[in-house]
Amino acid sequence: MIEVKNIKKSFADKTVIQDVSAVMKAGQCNLIIGSSGSGKTVLMKCMVGLFEPDSGEIIYDKKDFITMSQEEKKDIRKEIGMLFQGSALFDSQTVEQNVMFPLDMFTKDSSAQKLKRVNEVLERVKIVDANKKFPSELSGGMKKRVALARAIVLNPKYLFCDEPNSGLDPQTSLVIDKLIQEITVEYNITTVINTHDMNSVMEIGNYILYMYQGNKEWEGSNREIIFSKNKRLNEFIFASDFLRDAKEMRMLEESGKMPENRNMDDMIK
Amino acid sequence: MKIIKDIGRYLLMLKSMFSRPENGKMYWKEFMRQCSDIGIGSLGIVCIISIFIGAVSTLQTAYQLVSPLIPPSTIAQIVRDTVILEFAPTLTCIVLAGVVGSKIASELGNMRVSEQIDALEIMGINTKSYLIMPKILAGLVTIPLLVMLAMVLGIWGGRVAGSMTGILTPEQFDTGLRQSFVQYNVFFALAKSYTFAFIIASIPAFYGYYVQGGALEIGKASTKAVVVSCILLLFADYVLSALLL
Repeated sequence: MIEVKNIKKSFADKTVIQDVSAVMKAGQCNLIIGSSGSGKTVLMKCMVGLFEPDSGEIIYDKKDFITMSQEEKKDIRKEIGMLFQGSALFDSQTVEQNVMFPLDMFTKDSSAQKLKRVNEVLERVKIVDANKKFPSELSGGMKKRVALARAIVLNPKYLFCDEPNSGLDPQTSLVIDKLIQEITVEYNITTVINTHDMNSVMEIGNYILYMYQGNKEWEGSNREIIFSKNKRLNEFIFASDFLRDAKEMRMLEESGKMPENRNMDDMIK
Repeated sequence: MKIIKDIGRYLLMLKSMFSRPENGKMYWKEFMRQCSDIGIGSLGIVCIISIFIGAVSTLQTAYQLVSPLIPPSTIAQIVRDTVILEFAPTLTCIVLAGVVGSKIASELGNMRVSEQIDALEIMGINTKSYLIMPKILAGLVTIPLLVMLAMVLGIWGGRVAGSMTGILTPEQFDTGLRQSFVQYNVFFALAKSYTFAFIIASIPAFYGYYVQGGALEIGKASTKAVVVSCILLLFADYVLSALLL
């Protein structure tokens, strides 16, 4: 579990995050959503220690990350996996070397054991016959999956994903979302996902934190979000006519008012 | 004020490089990779430059020494001393500042922009230690070796050019080469090359590591790294000459 308490962060005179608190539970996909510039990436970077918050606490299993010594932070970081927006694979290394890198750095396993583990996680993320390929030879979706394999190779307790679906087609996005969800449940990981993707929100959002101009505007689950009366949240989530219609349909479905034998052709007419 | 801030950040970067490696084997691997990139990767250009510089030195020295009272072997002495004292360390290092410096700055800049450095940080790796230290150490090992090679090839290039153009015979060149040889000059050249090696590796690493933005900024950082390295090389050259000669 990760607990964020009263986090504030500013750059020069600009306050980017103002007093945000949240609890991210284990075995769940915890989503941070919000429009560009709302502070969600900064919040995530504060959580993983890439930025130091001006005030507040980030508690990993009852230990405050901010006040920890460098050595303690290093230990926590060994339990963190992160999937970056641009994948952040090492260009000069093959897929196999990329995934093996954390094992090489932090374990004393034999080469055979490491290779076995690499193949296991690559298989888990459905990457086959690409061990010797370089990142430049992979598609966007494959890069994301390799990066996910690298993030989970050390069996992390916490998984952070920064816009895992950016630049991917809807079908591949769905595959990535499903993978993250399955891995989260399978290994009981506390997963924190930073996303714009409404499909992800609806499909895997066990806990959703909506940020607006650096503040926590709303929090809840993907079931609750449909019925939310928050104007800003509704404007953000259901921005298009299509999404608004989809919301109404979903509300009818959830409340049991949708006729079971509905005929789409009749509805279109 | 920005320059003072940059100097402070540079010194802090150097300070934070010193930490216990997470895995000595991986650091050694990275050091060897950098030795290969900096040393072997620059071998070709260093060989070509030093041979031609030695050859041109012979021709131009002969052109200026028109007095019949000066023996031809003096040309070899002049070529030897200019190559050892100045051409081999300074010119080679200025070329290396371009070749190696831009490579280091753009490699680290690209890693920064594509979040590879962040990925390493999150894994719990001291990125300054893992990415910058091996580059500086590899520079300190390989660049003085390249400078020594440049000395040998420069003198050899002068000898070949002298005999090919008939300015002086190889025997005359060898005689001049052995006359009034001062060993201290080699020590001086090596002292320069160690100083230059540190500048060539650390300055571009600083500009690459702290790059912000995208591809355009990587290019700018790379150019700035080379320009600043060259200026610092020339400044260090002057200071060392004033102090040690």
